[in-house]
Amino acid sequence: MTAAYPTRWRRPPQIIRNRRLARALQLGFAIWLIAALATLDLDWARVAEGWSRALRFVEGFLQPDFTSRWRDISRGLVESLTMTLTSTVVGVAISIPIGIGAARNIAPRWIYAVCRSIIAVSRAVQEIIIAIFFVTMFGFGPFAGFLTLSFATIGFIAKLLADDIEDLDEAQVEAVRATGAGFLQVINYAVQPQVMPRLIGLSVYRLDINFRESSVIGIVGAGGIGATLNTSIDRYEYDSAGAILLIIIAIVLLAEYGSSYLRKHLQ
Amino acid sequence: MAGNRIWTFRTPRARLALWAGWLGLVALFVFCWQVMTRGTIWAFVWDAPTQARDIFGRMFPPALAYVPELMVPLWDTLNMATLGTMLGVAMAVPVAFLAARNTSPAPRLLRPVAMFVIVASRSINALIWALLLVAILGPGLLAGIIAIALRSIGFIGKLLYEAIEETDARQVEAVTATGASRAQVVGYAIVPQVLPTFWGITVFRWDINIRESAILGLVGAGGLGLKLQASLNTLAWPQVTMILIVILGTVVVSEGISAKVRRALI
Repeated sequence: MTAAYPTRWRRPPQIIRNRRLARALQLGFAIWLIAALATLDLDWARVAEGWSRALRFVEGFLQPDFTSRWRDISRGLVESLTMTLTSTVVGVAISIPIGIGAARNIAPRWIYAVCRSIIAVSRAVQEIIIAIFFVTMFGFGPFAGFLTLSFATIGFIAKLLADDIEDLDEAQVEAVRATGAGFLQVINYAVQPQVMPRLIGLSVYRLDINFRESSVIGIVGAGGIGATLNTSIDRYEYDSAGAILLIIIAIVLLAEYGSSYLRKHLQ
Repeated sequence: MAGNRIWTFRTPRARLALWAGWLGLVALFVFCWQVMTRGTIWAFVWDAPTQARDIFGRMFPPALAYVPELMVPLWDTLNMATLGTMLGVAMAVPVAFLAARNTSPAPRLLRPVAMFVIVASRSINALIWALLLVAILGPGLLAGIIAIALRSIGFIGKLLYEAIEETDARQVEAVTATGASRAQVVGYAIVPQVLPTFWGITVFRWDINIRESAILGLVGAGGLGLKLQASLNTLAWPQVTMILIVILGTVVVSEGISAKVRRALI
């Protein structure tokens, strides 16, 4: 008799092997979910009131009004675009020495530690919080935004550059070093040619990210299209807000296609 | 003659193009710099170190007594991130299946629509979504949750549809050969292949969403950001420091959890 042999296939556990632990985790998560939903006090009257606004917003999105606020929109756009470019250039320029310093294989221990901590700070704090601080220090306007984006760029580019330098081909470094080259010569002839294509690709990618961020930091006063958007939503001018959102989407699309094209071309 | 040629890294034409490119970039930078700083009041900029010293002087020591008051906003922030991620996943999964070339029921018609949804969601920051939703739904957690969800669609959708497109076609063929229906093919051949990636993406997005939900309160969507906004408005700098420490701690912990889960999955 082979009656004990299972005739139904049961799917083996995929992630957590211990079935009990899996059950406990699922149960815990379900409890959290219920508790979370319970704390969510919904004001249905307010939501119902919002519907008419949502409809107006959709209408505004479908019939965007570019003309009546065009002066504000174009000013915000120019601020955003100029901020994006200058902050990317300056951020990348500062990132290069920091990135080199944060590569374990070529930097001395203490420089490595200093540069890695700069990167960690820049990555841990959100752009919007940095923007709040820079606005209080430097006043309202695109200059604070430029500083915010430059600072955020450092964490991104320097980290990826340092990681890239850490996995480069040691043979080439050794070969250049064997000719009696100094530190700068090693960087220039052995490291730079290996990481340059990737650095350019990353910079173009960061340009794209910086534009997206520049559309947000205006909300806390750091200039750019975000400030214009914030104002138009505050005034319930949803047709202008729709126009601004469409412009942002269009530029992001353009930047994304442009940057992927450029990266393919350069690498 | 051939022996006289000197090896150079690039041809003269390439070098010229390279120099022109760099020159163009510098010119563009200078132009943008001038446009950007046209309205800058430099007195404020030179004054910044004093201001910074002043602010950081006020920020310390952090207001430890303020911590109990932060527990409810912290709980709200975590809930906002989790519920938002779940709602986002629920919306992103169908979009991803519509966008993937091998599962889309109508590649010509529905695929571009799904792609547009993904791009539109990715190009608008969660803070902007929240700004809009607060205007529509009123301030509170609901606006934050929906903002997080709408922002997550693009991220999860993009990564998931790429994973679906990379699945092994032989397994699909094997299941199809048994006479399975379309839904059965997806359920038995594609879903098991993308499931670990799916959980990895979800946990990764949850981690990002915790970061984002911590600041959504700045535009009125509840959570820690709301307290941050209130403390900034009343210039209560020691409280600001405390909130920033709590945010940073939450972010670090969630990043640790997410990294651990992802390592277990992949």
